[in-house]
Amino acid sequence: MLARLRQPFERLGSAVMSRVWRLGFAARFFGYMLMHSGTAFGRFRLTIREIYFAGVLSLIIILVSGLFVGMVLGLQGYETLQRYGSSEALGILVALSLVRELGPVVAGLLFASRAGSAITAEIGLMKATEQIAAMEMMAVDPIARVVAPRFWAGVISMPLLAALFSAMGIFGGYLVGVQLIGVDEGAFWSQMQASVDVRNDIVNGVIKSVVFGVAVTWIAVFEGYDARPTAEGVSSATTRTVVTSSLAILALDFMLTALMFTGGNG
Amino acid sequence: MKRSTIDVWVGIFVAAGLAAVLFLALRVGNLASFSRGQTYEVQAKFANIGGLKPRAPIKSAGVVVGRVSDIQFDNQSYEASVTFTIEARYQFPRDTSAKILTSGLLGEQYVGLEAGGDSAMLKTGERLRLTQSAVVLENLISQFLFNKAAEEKEVKDKK
Repeated sequence: MLARLRQPFERLGSAVMSRVWRLGFAARFFGYMLMHSGTAFGRFRLTIREIYFAGVLSLIIILVSGLFVGMVLGLQGYETLQRYGSSEALGILVALSLVRELGPVVAGLLFASRAGSAITAEIGLMKATEQIAAMEMMAVDPIARVVAPRFWAGVISMPLLAALFSAMGIFGGYLVGVQLIGVDEGAFWSQMQASVDVRNDIVNGVIKSVVFGVAVTWIAVFEGYDARPTAEGVSSATTRTVVTSSLAILALDFMLTALMFTGGNG
Repeated sequence: MKRSTIDVWVGIFVAAGLAAVLFLALRVGNLASFSRGQTYEVQAKFANIGGLKPRAPIKSAGVVVGRVSDIQFDNQSYEASVTFTIEARYQFPRDTSAKILTSGLLGEQYVGLEAGGDSAMLKTGERLRLTQSAVVLENLISQFLFNKAAEEKEVKDKK
């Protein structure tokens, strides 16, 4: 009787303990990775190769979705704004929502599912096929050789992708708003320039995307490195990467927005 | 894929990303249009600033000549002390007046400057004497109601 009562608590306790253990391991892993990043910059070719896989190959999806998100914003924003007779403010609406929120967040979500999952699968598979163990045998540090270049490639790629997403989205909003609907072109750009602040909006957007880049690639390389070395383990690690990093992006976005855009001078 | 090809693609990617950041800063933001050129600061006191915020534009004849850089509450006179940063190439006479205006019915508030006739020009640290506060809708409505009530009373008294 007592044992049956105890069982759920034991299970809860062990689940919590293993989560805490993983979190601690992830933090230690992060520190170790930063300390052994010398190779990633010393042999920069390794990082460039990873930028190609994480960044360049994500370009198409980022550019196309940026364009469509901007076009939808243009259409929807116009519908609402023209009711109040202020359709010239379309430029402000498109630019601010992209630069502050949608650019970093949507680019981060796409990056997590496009590049983060690939990083996890690659590292997990290297572990499953014992390539990582082989490296250790040859006295090559797998974290310095495999993990750190991928991490830094993600951190470098993410802000660039987010900026491209925002720029493409603004172009999409311009296409729909000015070319298709016929909002005045001069008003579209000048109102945008008058109300988008470089320090408050654009720099904060870039900071957001850097933070998301760190979070996504950290989760991706950690899940890959921590994956059970079986086919199943790699697949569940890949899923966890996408889920955890998407949730991390949304939670971090809320916190960063609360820090950056409230309580200031509006 | 050969390594040199990868380098080219990564180069294009990084260049495109930096170009996007530059596009955002120059075309979307206002880094170019309001450069950190020569400016001078003047103060003005308002009885009520309404919804005026820092970075609001200062316009004269509809042209942006500067921005509101600071808003403080003056505990001595119980007024709002607003600091204007005006571009140095625009000089205004000392008896220039400042009004808080609203662009459109629901638009944001800005400061309108009307040049006076003094021959001496404003210098950094000087204060605009002639100011006109923001129009507060509630005050306007209550004034209107009081006037209406007074009119009705007059009509009744005559009868």
